[in-house]
Amino acid sequence: MAIQPQKHTMPTQSPAIRQKNFKEVSLGYTAKIAVEEAERCLNCKNKPCVDGCPVNIDIPDFISCIKRGDFEAAYKIISCSSSLPAVCGRVCPQESQCEMHCTLGVRFEPVAIGRLERFVADWHNENSKKEPEKPKSKNISVAVIGSGPAGLTCAGDLAKKGYNVTVFEALHSAGGVLVYGIPEFRLPKTIVEKEIKTLSSLGVKIETDVVIGKTLTIDELFENGFEAVFVGSGAGLPKFMGIEGEGLNGVYSANEFLTRINLMKAYKPDSHTPIRCGKKVLVVGGGNVAMDAARCAKRLGANVSIVYRRTENELPARKEEIEHAKEEGIEFIFLTSPTEILGDENGNVTGMVCREMMLSKAEDGKRSRPVPLYDSEFVIPADCVIMALGTSPNPLIRNTTQGLETKEWGGIIVNDDGETSRNGVYAGGDAVTGAATVILAMGAGKQAASAIDRYLTEKHS
Amino acid sequence: MYRIAKKKKLTAAVTQMEIEAPLVAKKAQPGQFIILRVDENGERIPLTIAGFNREEGTVKIIFQIVGSTTAMLAEKEEGDFIQDFVGPLGVATETKDLKKVCVIGGGVGCAIALPVAEELTACGASVTSIIGFRNSENVILRDEFSESSERLILMTDDGSCAERGNVADALRKLLENGEKFDRIIAIGPLIMMKSVVAAAKPYGIPVTVSMNPIMIDGTGMCGGCRLTLIQNGKKVTKFACVDGPDFDGYEVDFDEAMARSGSYRSFEKREREKNCRLFGAKAN
Repeated sequence: MAIQPQKHTMPTQSPAIRQKNFKEVSLGYTAKIAVEEAERCLNCKNKPCVDGCPVNIDIPDFISCIKRGDFEAAYKIISCSSSLPAVCGRVCPQESQCEMHCTLGVRFEPVAIGRLERFVADWHNENSKKEPEKPKSKNISVAVIGSGPAGLTCAGDLAKKGYNVTVFEALHSAGGVLVYGIPEFRLPKTIVEKEIKTLSSLGVKIETDVVIGKTLTIDELFENGFEAVFVGSGAGLPKFMGIEGEGLNGVYSANEFLTRINLMKAYKPDSHTPIRCGKKVLVVGGGNVAMDAARCAKRLGANVSIVYRRTENELPARKEEIEHAKEEGIEFIFLTSPTEILGDENGNVTGMVCREMMLSKAEDGKRSRPVPLYDSEFVIPADCVIMALGTSPNPLIRNTTQGLETKEWGGIIVNDDGETSRNGVYAGGDAVTGAATVILAMGAGKQAASAIDRYLTEKHS
Repeated sequence: MYRIAKKKKLTAAVTQMEIEAPLVAKKAQPGQFIILRVDENGERIPLTIAGFNREEGTVKIIFQIVGSTTAMLAEKEEGDFIQDFVGPLGVATETKDLKKVCVIGGGVGCAIALPVAEELTACGASVTSIIGFRNSENVILRDEFSESSERLILMTDDGSCAERGNVADALRKLLENGEKFDRIIAIGPLIMMKSVVAAAKPYGIPVTVSMNPIMIDGTGMCGGCRLTLIQNGKKVTKFACVDGPDFDGYEVDFDEAMARSGSYRSFEKREREKNCRLFGAKAN
């Protein structure tokens, strides 16, 4: 039988409808489509896709299970390596990870690994009533700081090994960026809740409303009997450009805009949190966060443009998000960079002064650098500007933890195992790398979990 | 969930509560703040800590009804619970090595100024407190200030109680009469803090102001609480939640902060009206 050259299309809500609601855009494969897509996998012996996965899921193996219709077995294989399969299937940049290495991809489109992962996880969540078994406790306590992807992965892996894990979360609900950052239409919050419930049934305790570095310090965690600590406190303060007008009303960081919408549900009529989304919104930046902010603004009824200083080829966002954004009618203004935000006498945004850029030649494998064109300033009228320029690590933990070494820009310094300069303290995710992806944070959480296990096993032997 | 241990109405619009939050009470320092949510749909609002009792594990907050959240909070009674109570956040007020300090509170800002005055007095500093209110009906914490200050000056805008005028007028008068202070610590409405800075400027006395901008997470994530400082002629963005809430009054761009504080005014007004209908016009 000839191989179908293209991935099976993902069923989605039509752009015209979805741009008016916050429901999930991608509807997921049916069992029939999933089996057909799984048939495309060549089941290569050398499994190049596995090397492309930051948590090394045995991809051909789980796809084989789908082929024969044993979806629960497929789930078991995935969950050996990933604590959050339903999340990863939705938000991983597969095109630059597993799918990039797919042998099929040499001639055709690669196998839709991400969509299959999502199918398996959703199938399990809907059909499997079995609660995971609680492992036998080792009576050793580990503290995990932050309940985002790094923290949850680390907590899950340690709990499976029998450690008593407590996760400390600063916000009022667990999930970190999965809850405050990634919008409902890309990652429904019920899915995050389910994944967290799975962890709870493994025995993981989650303490919300505790800010480590303020409510409790890392030293106090050790005094309270925790024998190791994992810091997965995530990305911190949003970056701004330092241009005139960033203090005007209507200028948001993407973090604030998304937090108001996703965590505080400002788009719902019964939420008490306000949001000021104008009629014409400009989003500055080209990453996933920029796409998320733009698509949220669209759903709040605004006319939205994304302003990016490089070209479409350099956009760092996931391909699917860019395509979805375009389908939803979001305009992209490339090779353009803001120089000033304009406001009226009441301090409200009225527009943004931009200048045109051109790309200099890329040198030494670096990204090509945008350089401004002389005398190319122009004004784009707008009543809301959202800065999606990345973040710098949160200072609360490094300021209150003596002996915890950090880089000049604030990232916590770790070795290959995720071990910090403090004995028994490990770290991973954005707190170490600066803003990156969910799956990289998960990979770091996983690595740290096995390092913590080795450390504590040795300590207690 | 966090239990309301005590509740007391200080004026028609200002309420004092003591909330059971042992971890927060253990660490709280004057000048720091907490973030609370009243219920599951509630917004996160920052309130500066008005006191704490480490033995009983309670934290005191004093708040004025300004929006729907504060209106809903004021409806809660002793023994009721609120959804979330996080802290202590922000950097404590610097009180070390100060000998002679003028502590200035405006309106409900006095609630935050009081623990600072108490701390300074406890550390052996000589404290002059100037507290100002709109009129006699709004006066709070007069006795407490009187106890914790060497000298207390009470001002009302309309002269219905004590001296007529605002706190900056009172400060100016003191300074004109040759009074010297190591530092002035001013907490209150932005316009009040701005005029205190202006009054102190000719004398070069350092002024610390406590900023209370709009916040969501309060832990250094959202960036909503940013404000502009002017340091050596350069504009610098700072975040009240992790860098503050105290700042050097001479550096703060008050005009920008005032414009930003009004960002959601129309939303607040709408919500308040909605609440008034719910609670029977209590939220004025």
